[in-house]
Amino acid sequence: MFTGFDFEVIQRSLPYLWQGMQFSLGLTLLAMLGGIFLGTLLALMRLSPYKILSYPSGAYVNLVRSIPLILVIFWFYFLIPLLMKKITGNPYASGIGPFYSALIAFTMFEAAYYCEIIRAGIQSVPRGQVSAAYALGLNYRQATLRVVLPQAFRNMVPILLTTSIILFQDTSLVYVVGLTDFMGAAGKIARRDGRLVEMYLFAALVYFIICYSGSYFVRRLQARYNVGQ
Amino acid sequence: MDFSFLSQPAFSGGGVYLDWVISGIKWTLLVSILGWIIAFTVGSIVGVLRTVPLAILRVPATIYVEIFRNVPLLVQMFIWYFVVPEIVPKTAGDWLKTQMPLPEFWNAVLCLGFYTASRVAEQVRSGIQSMPRGQTNAALAMGLTLPQTYRHVLLPMAYRIVIPPMTTEFLTIFKNSSVALTIGVLELTAQARQISEYTFRTFEIFTIATIIYALITLTVTFSMRWLENKTRVPGYIGGSGK
Repeated sequence: MFTGFDFEVIQRSLPYLWQGMQFSLGLTLLAMLGGIFLGTLLALMRLSPYKILSYPSGAYVNLVRSIPLILVIFWFYFLIPLLMKKITGNPYASGIGPFYSALIAFTMFEAAYYCEIIRAGIQSVPRGQVSAAYALGLNYRQATLRVVLPQAFRNMVPILLTTSIILFQDTSLVYVVGLTDFMGAAGKIARRDGRLVEMYLFAALVYFIICYSGSYFVRRLQARYNVGQ
Repeated sequence: MDFSFLSQPAFSGGGVYLDWVISGIKWTLLVSILGWIIAFTVGSIVGVLRTVPLAILRVPATIYVEIFRNVPLLVQMFIWYFVVPEIVPKTAGDWLKTQMPLPEFWNAVLCLGFYTASRVAEQVRSGIQSMPRGQTNAALAMGLTLPQTYRHVLLPMAYRIVIPPMTTEFLTIFKNSSVALTIGVLELTAQARQISEYTFRTFEIFTIATIIYALITLTVTFSMRWLENKTRVPGYIGGSGK
């Protein structure tokens, strides 16, 4: 296999691959931030005593967690132009572009998974904290923002980071709507130069290094937290 | 919301669009279930190997799990389909490229199987390691060999403990089967996209696909809950998961 292994194709396509990697990292970061924010909202809704908040958010989270990510990407990619046409009334309205459709798809998808993690984290904060906060005269918003969430997030950071690493791996799926992330860039070079073996193995190696270092860092973070407790 | 397109004749002859949907469901279920059979057997072996005291067995298992967990499924799918026929010896590679029946399907099954096996291995390992050390020590003190200890003492309880997270993995393999569309397996998501291209009924067909995936998830969840109740060990409160 390695007799004809062409390292030079990897070397000369590094700038283009770096562009793809910037896309992957950017999409991961934005989806992570949006997902955690939306996930926290969903978690608080699920935990609220008002059925009108907890039932829809529960239904949304359960539904999104039972369908594949590719299907969610297709939903937003094909349906957003139709929605734009309906809203603006203009039959020739274009969508918002594949990048923003993918970003919305990833954010909505990951929000459901983050919601479950954050909900578990919030429920792990002792009830005494909430009672003490209310006894001191804080209202719901102050108790949540200043007492419950900070403690909940401290416990959840390792799992949230692990889910974000999985999100980084999942961004490779934007391939199905034609966006060029790192895997897409490697695939384009592979097909243009006929070097499938080299480019796909290199892509696998890069993903492995990034994700393994990420999970190693999370493990060390977890060890540090456990000592502190 | 017009569902009548399902009974309209398909563009490429031979039946109506509903047949495409059913064919998609069939391929999704086949890929997922065959992949799960591979994942469960290989994953159990690797998971057990990760817990044995012998380093020469433990280290390859750890390497396997780390490699297959840290490379995205799409990349693995491409490597199985495009790269493996080039890497293996020439005669095997030629057979893989020209004479293998249903190459996309079997590559998807193998890829999904080995990917999910690494996750199953982690579950099995955590199940075994959550058992009290006294179990192993008592078994060895009674004269059982290590394989016998695993077979009669550790694994029966470990599998019962990890039924809930294993359910998640089983569900995940059904969802990950959609990645097979990138190498050409016409499973449910691919068929839904094709039908939307031909009939322009995007909203309706994606709704149908969503409902079918949700039904598959519900079925799996309920059957695993039934399995958990059937295998529950009376009196072992901590181990049976609730």
